[in-house]
Amino acid sequence: MSTTTIEIKTALDTMLKPNPHVGKQSSVEVTDYNNRQTVGKITVDHPKMICRGVNVYYGEKHALKNVGIDIGANEVIAFIGPSGCGKSTFLRCLNRMNDTIPVCRVVGQIKLDNDDIYDKSIDVVQLRARVGMVFQKPNPFPKSIYENVAYGPRIHGMVNTKPELDDLVRASLERAGLIKEVEKRLEEPGTSLSGGQQQRLCIARAIAVDPEVILMDEPCSALDPIATAKIEELIDELREKYTIVIVTHSMQQAARVSQRTAYFHLGDLIEVGETDQIFTNPKHKLTEDYITGRFG
Amino acid sequence: MNKPSDSAAPDFRNRDIKTIVNAGLKRRHAAERRFRWYGLIAISLGLAFVALMFGNIISKGYPAFWQTYVQLPIRFDPTVIDPEGHHDPKAIESADYAALVRAGLRDLFPAVQGRTELRALYDLVSSDAAYELRSRVIANPALIGTSQEVWLLASATVDTLVKGNIDRTLDETERPIKDNQVGWIDKLQASGKIEKQFNTILFTGGDSREPEQAGIRGALMGSFYTLLITFLLSFPMGVATAVYLEEFAPKNRWTDLIEVNINNLAAVPSIVFGLLGLAVFINFFGLPRSAPLVGGLVLSLMTLPVIIIAGRAALTSVPPSIREAALGMGASKLQMVGHHVLPLAMPGMLTGAIIGMARALGESAPLLMIGMVAFIVDVPKGLMDPATVLPVQIYLWADLPERAFVERTSAAIMVLLAFMVLMNGLAIILRKRFERRW
Repeated sequence: MSTTTIEIKTALDTMLKPNPHVGKQSSVEVTDYNNRQTVGKITVDHPKMICRGVNVYYGEKHALKNVGIDIGANEVIAFIGPSGCGKSTFLRCLNRMNDTIPVCRVVGQIKLDNDDIYDKSIDVVQLRARVGMVFQKPNPFPKSIYENVAYGPRIHGMVNTKPELDDLVRASLERAGLIKEVEKRLEEPGTSLSGGQQQRLCIARAIAVDPEVILMDEPCSALDPIATAKIEELIDELREKYTIVIVTHSMQQAARVSQRTAYFHLGDLIEVGETDQIFTNPKHKLTEDYITGRFG
Repeated sequence: MNKPSDSAAPDFRNRDIKTIVNAGLKRRHAAERRFRWYGLIAISLGLAFVALMFGNIISKGYPAFWQTYVQLPIRFDPTVIDPEGHHDPKAIESADYAALVRAGLRDLFPAVQGRTELRALYDLVSSDAAYELRSRVIANPALIGTSQEVWLLASATVDTLVKGNIDRTLDETERPIKDNQVGWIDKLQASGKIEKQFNTILFTGGDSREPEQAGIRGALMGSFYTLLITFLLSFPMGVATAVYLEEFAPKNRWTDLIEVNINNLAAVPSIVFGLLGLAVFINFFGLPRSAPLVGGLVLSLMTLPVIIIAGRAALTSVPPSIREAALGMGASKLQMVGHHVLPLAMPGMLTGAIIGMARALGESAPLLMIGMVAFIVDVPKGLMDPATVLPVQIYLWADLPERAFVERTSAAIMVLLAFMVLMNGLAIILRKRFERRW
């Protein structure tokens, strides 16, 4: 399929959807996805999120081009690719964090279970409670460890009593593997922890609201190898309960923690596949070049 | 690195890197030393000027905190105070207490005769003495009929002479106090009947034409009411505006226009705000002249842009990662601002607000336009009472020719400066309290 066809298809998509935030897409059958640029199987048997024809524009810049991919339930999927390839942009589409950027425009359809997350009836507050996020730089609130974890349940009104909240905070810290380190210092500021502990605190904060999907944007890029190993272990454990989407610059990390891997290149989703297959037998030339370290 | 390379390398390659760096090292160190000296000189000059200013003001102003009093033998003559003998409060109130003071003075100096001489004698004591006696009698009617030694306020000229601010060697015609008066004062001083007491009138009295009776209470209360209005209006409005513009407003041509206008407003000369206040609040809305309410409104207009600009700067300095963290947790925008951004920006906002308030406290020009420059004797009791403010009071006193007002001007400046220091101290305390230490 030539690039011209892609461009025409993109233009068509844009024309078909005058309002980017209304999911009118569902009524219009999109182009055959087997006949597209992405190499590999984008669908899964038990999808948690289904993304079709996702285009992102930063003003005039076309940052993400017609991306279609399924995210399976209880899987860890890694997005890899060189800087500026659109993997973080795509990740931020999944919980509508891009809404905060005024010039950013998202076109296409992203479904969480059966809800179009860009539909008017979906409130971002509700969406972000279901799709949590962990950021590149550990960003605990300048409050106590306890308050950090309690914040989500509190604003969403998930618990009614203080003992309930205490239990939830402890359970979340426990699941994030942090409880032993902070048990005696819950009232200390979250920022007094080490980088790796801070990041696990952020994970505890995210899972305190019991989301369905957790998005992780290069969660280990600011951490040392030991802290990284702990987070990776944690990701593996969390998979039992949550669906995890992780953006990473480290191919080893993608290979270690994920079941499926998607390779992005200059805004295109080039290849999707089982992680083993992507790293041992990439089908696309660009993927191969990247994972063999020829660029990136 | 040190080895000369075979290829056609530039010249410095052949020289030792150490020598190259060492050659320039001396120059670099000299530049650094010079810069440090410039800084030191600048700071010392600045401090010297501050010291000079404070030294000048304090040396001129501190005598104003003491006031000269004369001790007179007063006979609370019932025939003067209560001639009818009815103990009627009204009669007691309107009695001629000045006559008692005059009698007391005559008792001290029985030798003085003749109209002019006597008038000169009576001028030694302030007209306040009569009011003082009256309030004593009203407070304690049992005084009637008794004789007491009473400390009464001396007149400003006596005060000035006692404080050594009148040159005794000058010819009688060239100074405000006559030779015979100087003689009496010397006699009184010799017998210990003149003394300097702490000047409470300065803090309890309103303005007056008589320097010895003039106080800054009226101006202080005027400043207090004016600043109260200013703070109540400009702080909530400024913070809300800053939050809206920074966090909620769409970035378009209109908000740009508003932003430019706010920045311009901060640079508008303050007198323009006074004219605006005169035109809008007094002429259009018909609010009273000289009222602290109008003064506060005008100063709010002036302070608002300062608070907005400081507030926006404080908001932008909150790291975006905190915003993302809150939004990522599913906080609404208002929750993000209310729970995280605003508390973190509060110290900066308070600093801005207090700097703005301190500027408003020191402002006089716009208040001149709305009539807060009037001579007002009564201490204002509310927002609508005519009032003046401290800087305007200073301006008014600085204009007056009496020597006694010079020290009062400096004293008022000291009080104003004390308030400035207090406000800045408050700013620091609030900042420390709200500041997150992590």
